[in-house]
Amino acid sequence: MTDTTTTPVDRARASDLGPFARFLKATELDVRMLGMVSALVIIWVGLHILSGGLFLTPRNLWNLSVQSASVAIMATGMVLVIVTRNIDLSVGSILGFCGMVMGVMQAQWLPQVFGIPLGSPWLWILALCSGLLVGAAIGALHGYVIAYMGVPAFIVTLGGLLIWRGGAWWLTSGQTVAPMDETYRLMGGGPQGSIGATWSWIVGLIACVGVVWMLRSDRVQRQRFHFPLRPLWAEAFLGAVACAVILGAVWIANSYGWPIGIVRRYMQENAIVPPEGGLFIAHGIAIPVLMAIAVGIVMTFLTRRTRFGRYVFAIGGNPEAAALAGIATRWVTMKIFMLMGLLAAVGAAISSARLNASTNALGTLDELLVIAAAVIGGTSLAGGAGTVLGAMLGALLMQSLQSGMVLLGIDTPLQNIIVGFVLVLAVWLDTMYRKRV
Amino acid sequence: MVPLAPTPEVPLVEMRDISIAFGGIRAVDDASIDLYPGEVVALLGHNGAGKSTLIKILSGAYKRDTGTILVNGEEVAINSPRDAKKYGIETIYQTLALADNVDAAANLFLGRELMTSWGTLDDVAMEAEARKVMGRLNPRFQRFKDPVARLSGGQRQSVAIARAILFNARILIMDEPTAALGPQETAQVGELVKQLKSEGIGIFLISHDIHDVFDLADRVCVMKNGQVVGTAKTTEVTQDEVLGMIILGKCPPGAIPGPGAMKAAA
Ligand SMILES: Nc1ncnc2c1ncn2[C@@H]1O[C@H](COP(=O)(O)OP(=O)(O)OP(=O)(O)O)[C@@H](O)[C@H]1O
Ligand SMILES: [Mg+2]
Repeated sequence: MTDTTTTPVDRARASDLGPFARFLKATELDVRMLGMVSALVIIWVGLHILSGGLFLTPRNLWNLSVQSASVAIMATGMVLVIVTRNIDLSVGSILGFCGMVMGVMQAQWLPQVFGIPLGSPWLWILALCSGLLVGAAIGALHGYVIAYMGVPAFIVTLGGLLIWRGGAWWLTSGQTVAPMDETYRLMGGGPQGSIGATWSWIVGLIACVGVVWMLRSDRVQRQRFHFPLRPLWAEAFLGAVACAVILGAVWIANSYGWPIGIVRRYMQENAIVPPEGGLFIAHGIAIPVLMAIAVGIVMTFLTRRTRFGRYVFAIGGNPEAAALAGIATRWVTMKIFMLMGLLAAVGAAISSARLNASTNALGTLDELLVIAAAVIGGTSLAGGAGTVLGAMLGALLMQSLQSGMVLLGIDTPLQNIIVGFVLVLAVWLDTMYRKRV
Repeated sequence: MVPLAPTPEVPLVEMRDISIAFGGIRAVDDASIDLYPGEVVALLGHNGAGKSTLIKILSGAYKRDTGTILVNGEEVAINSPRDAKKYGIETIYQTLALADNVDAAANLFLGRELMTSWGTLDDVAMEAEARKVMGRLNPRFQRFKDPVARLSGGQRQSVAIARAILFNARILIMDEPTAALGPQETAQVGELVKQLKSEGIGIFLISHDIHDVFDLADRVCVMKNGQVVGTAKTTEVTQDEVLGMIILGKCPPGAIPGPGAMKAAA
């Protein structure tokens, strides 16, 4: 704006644009992301109407958030994998294997071999850490074979899909491990695995402050170098919408109360006299959802603000150019798969905690959900394009469809047909959109 | 190789007896070439003569099979693009080597990003630098937010050139830098070459435009089928003689013959 050179500039003039385009330009919103959000809203409203008002209830939305967490977490890693023109077909099996490792650790090895008493906090801490370590190690192994030995990712991870599923079976000869440690189970959500009303509001407020602070610091940075700024109304609009969404989500999570039975037991255990009209105890945000949000923030930071993220996208855009720029492309590739393995282990912790068991089948077919979530979220299989937020929204969209169809009583074969159809439709729409831009 | 010029200084770069083969093809065969500070050496030859391959060995993109590289008279090990950049060798590749999906600033600083004190990417500072250097090359350029895939061929070439001059190169390799540029932008690159030359930077210029070459270069080096036909000062040969070197491999009296020179004349 302060730039007063008289040289004609080669960009479209703002006056040529319609009001909606001007709005987009001012807010710098991503059209594809808007499209995703609209699709999500349409699906939600549609399912709400079809189910006779069962879908958009605090209870269903809260459950939806918990059910989406594991796939959403893995989808953030899959974005990086696909952006670099690779694929990871093994995440479901890695999840199964890591879940089994964590289960066996806390239920058998740690108590029996190392003599750690049941109920000790070390149990869940060591079990979780060993699971994460195993996940990262498996990813590193895959990454090494792909990047340094030159075997295509499709083949390596297809092998991994078979190997780690088989490995999970081998750990316990196919037996299910249960139950899980009390504290460990908090990662699975449920009444105990949620942070309650007060903390949810606190988290929400912190998030709002964070949004405003980020908008502000971005503006200050741009002012420092005299770059064009967003109009103030656009900044205010973005901030207001973000805060409304955050606080709205908290409000919904806080509107979903504990089931009556659990409340009754809780009152008995704590010797609380039931007030008139019964006691309402809100769930608040579930711990697995908080974990997913934290992963989302970390992964967004990683992709947007760090060298690693920049290199990931550069490699996706032009691997040869990235190598000529002096980027250690193989090492970056290996790190991506390591991260993917780690995230699959986080997914394993959530899934096994929610199930309160580690089974041989944990995470079966999750790789397809994860890939679909990333792709529906705008990750291009041609490489070079994708966002963490998009992939997480994609996971939410997939889960919405699935839960919605369960709610409608649609049987499984038809569910699969519809999900498959939506996947193809979404990618076709995205392809059309890309061609036009 | 004996340096052509009688100047007492050591060459900025000297490539001696470089060979590389892809499969059975000897893309570069026993080629030697040197470059002095403030000098422009044009590399000429038919398509597939081995020009790009030779300079890619200097820029660290390919590993040579045999031969030595000297910078300032000292033998150096160039095994990767990073090594080359360490010695101040910057390259504008014929293919431009841009990451198409990120913006101009990200491309300019690829592999050498500016960081904030927090250890995060300082995109704003990089964009500011990008605006400065692009202003010098192509003042009309304003599309700093777009991925370079959306830029025109010439704009992309400007970005590739800007990247090479951004980091104070001492040795600049330009592989057909003006192939996609309009007349005005080509003239601007010509001016840039002269300016960099006056700053003491040595430039290898690959071009098929013989007029440009005679306008900008101090010496020409002609390659044919991977071999050097000969090297000559532009003041001591005519354009027709250089064309004869390119097409027939015939080395005129004003040039120093290389291994690829036609033997019949002798
Ligand atoms: N990566 C590679 N793999 C196999 N062969 C190659 C490779 N790079 C170059 N060549 C071969 O080496 C020879 C020299 O190619 P080079 O690109 O150096 O030619 P050039 O002189 O730059 O030609 P042009 O004027 O068309 O750019 C060609 O025969 C080419 O086919
Ligand atoms: Mg070439």
